[in-house]
Amino acid sequence: MNKFFKIFSFNSLVVPLVAILFGLIVGAIIMLIGGYNPLLAYSSLFSTVFGNLYDFGEAIREITPLIMTGLAVAFAFRTGLFNIGAEGQYIIGMTAASVVGIKVTGLPIVVHAVVAIIAGGVAGGLWAGITGYLKAKRGVNEVIISIMLNWTALYFSNYIVRNFLLIKGQQRSEDIQDTASISIGWLSTMFSDARMHWGTLIAVLAAVFFYIFMWKSKQGYELRAVGHNGDAAKYAGMNVKKNIIKAMFISGVFAGLGGAFQVLGVFHNQALFTGSPGVGFDGIAVALIGMNHPFGILLSAILFGTLTYGSAGMSFGADVPPEIIRIVIGSIIFFIAAQGIVRWVLKPFYLKRKKEKVL
Amino acid sequence: MKKIVKLSLVTVLAFSVVLAGCGKKEDTNASGGDVAKSSVKVGLVTDVGGVNDKSFNQSAWEALEGLQKNKGITAKYLQSKSKEDYVPNLNKYVKDKYDLTWGIGFDLGEDIKTVAKQNPDAKLAIIDAIVDEPNVHSVTFAENEGAFLVGVVAGSMTKTNKVGFVGGAEIPVIKRFEVGFKAGVLAANPKAEVTINYAGAFDKPDQGKALAASLYNAGNDILFHASGQTGTGVFNEAIDRNKSGKKVWVIGVDKDQSLEFGDDVTLTSMVKGVSTAVDKITNEVIDGTFKGGSETLGLKENGVGLADTSSKNVPEDVLKKVEDYKQKIISGEIKVPTE
Repeated sequence: MNKFFKIFSFNSLVVPLVAILFGLIVGAIIMLIGGYNPLLAYSSLFSTVFGNLYDFGEAIREITPLIMTGLAVAFAFRTGLFNIGAEGQYIIGMTAASVVGIKVTGLPIVVHAVVAIIAGGVAGGLWAGITGYLKAKRGVNEVIISIMLNWTALYFSNYIVRNFLLIKGQQRSEDIQDTASISIGWLSTMFSDARMHWGTLIAVLAAVFFYIFMWKSKQGYELRAVGHNGDAAKYAGMNVKKNIIKAMFISGVFAGLGGAFQVLGVFHNQALFTGSPGVGFDGIAVALIGMNHPFGILLSAILFGTLTYGSAGMSFGADVPPEIIRIVIGSIIFFIAAQGIVRWVLKPFYLKRKKEKVL
Repeated sequence: MKKIVKLSLVTVLAFSVVLAGCGKKEDTNASGGDVAKSSVKVGLVTDVGGVNDKSFNQSAWEALEGLQKNKGITAKYLQSKSKEDYVPNLNKYVKDKYDLTWGIGFDLGEDIKTVAKQNPDAKLAIIDAIVDEPNVHSVTFAENEGAFLVGVVAGSMTKTNKVGFVGGAEIPVIKRFEVGFKAGVLAANPKAEVTINYAGAFDKPDQGKALAASLYNAGNDILFHASGQTGTGVFNEAIDRNKSGKKVWVIGVDKDQSLEFGDDVTLTSMVKGVSTAVDKITNEVIDGTFKGGSETLGLKENGVGLADTSSKNVPEDVLKKVEDYKQKIISGEIKVPTE
């Protein structure tokens, strides 16, 4: 247990918490300027999410993909790569899961779902692998490739849905086979029809896997070493190129799984995208707020999902436009990035404490 | 000095924590107050276009705003950021025991059906899609008939004999606009050429602008758009071109868009009676006569037609021609295709 708390050292716990508080204050100030009541707004935000089981369940639904894309971005960060392409990998994961969920028939109930999930994860991983390969072998900047691949993924999956899966006259694919569904019927009933699915559990397990793999395994050590200093890692006899590709692949698997859960557990079909869903980009923010630590990401995804989902309640209860919540999230990220401000404000507390010790 | 700043920041922090505590108390009061209100509560869920789309979401909301003012009902709207939001947004009203929940747009059809099935006691209504549930009232429009009339206007007034159509997405609703428009243009001007283009989205003004630019460049001088907010881009492109001295027109959709974008670019608008329909069905709930089912509003029912301000830009003889066609469609002499 002690070890568990050690993970949350001063910097990794207090700074985000204060940043969150500051973010909420900035949001409140902006609401005041706009003539809204920030107290009513925030209380209706939280009472929306925690007020009844349905909304609580739907908030969990909102949180799940954010955990996955957050992990994806953080995993790459930890290995010195900026995977801004989680969005594309997420979309590809969705599409692969749809194809397997719709077109593959005759598989028994659990097997089909597992196959579809794996297909989504692997497809996302391969998609990110393209970026990793080009980075490793050709030295192309991963940021640029993965951004471009986001759009490629968007239109590619629209092409697949439009040509192979579409219901005529609709903007969406056929429904997936019942055998591929990962919805949990009894849990949904318990949460008054909120869309609950197994993906949430897998997402938590994925965070645990992230932690163990990154810090407790030799491969994880190599990945981190490559991230810290590629040249040193190479000198130590590690295969830098292989590690870059591996890191991108695993990162992509996380994002791809997130997409697969969305299709198999929430929508049960795939609509044509009119624009990027944005979950992958939100994952960057989640990773930043979570300080790139898997357990931090669990918490920050909960925060991010709560705020996003609750923003509808905020406009419902206090007539505050939901965009305000984006300002809050933006300022939280700002304060986390600009840690100096947070430390500077907190300094008096620590000075005092030191003095007390001296006395 | 520094210390003061620091201290004040710390106080703000502490203050906000205290305030946050107060917030909860207030909330219980507020929800207690809500119960006391006895009048009809109506909720509206927009599609991803949002309530300020200057198009049909806005028309629908304006109808509810009107009822709020005149009949004292409580009306609220929720905008959907993405497709995931439809079900929770609808449910927010349904679980809060609203007397009627509106879903605006074809896109919400499936989700209205889901929610209606799960909550057989709730009353729901939808525009532009047919949902076959006993507690849902579906309103669709014969857009093809209205589009035919603006097609007649475009066909009669084009100088280049080339007109274009910008659609949001290839769904049945928009398809009705497209084929009706085309039929109307060709009826009035068999030599005219109609170019069809789809933006693939209802919320992408930038794409609308790009599409409009390429259509105008190809020599089309009148564009008809049926693309929600994407159409804002079409209008902007036309405004830019008119400013640089090249006269082009846009035909608006859903509501009288000349009020929004000006008479200089808006030739006319094909008005869809979304407002009227929302008003009517909501009134049925107020009067207690609400029934599930579906209805299609066409020219005969005054559900579609030309905007009242059309006479500003459309000459008398063309309007007369339009009126002729209108009578013929109503009498059934002309059958406007739907797909």
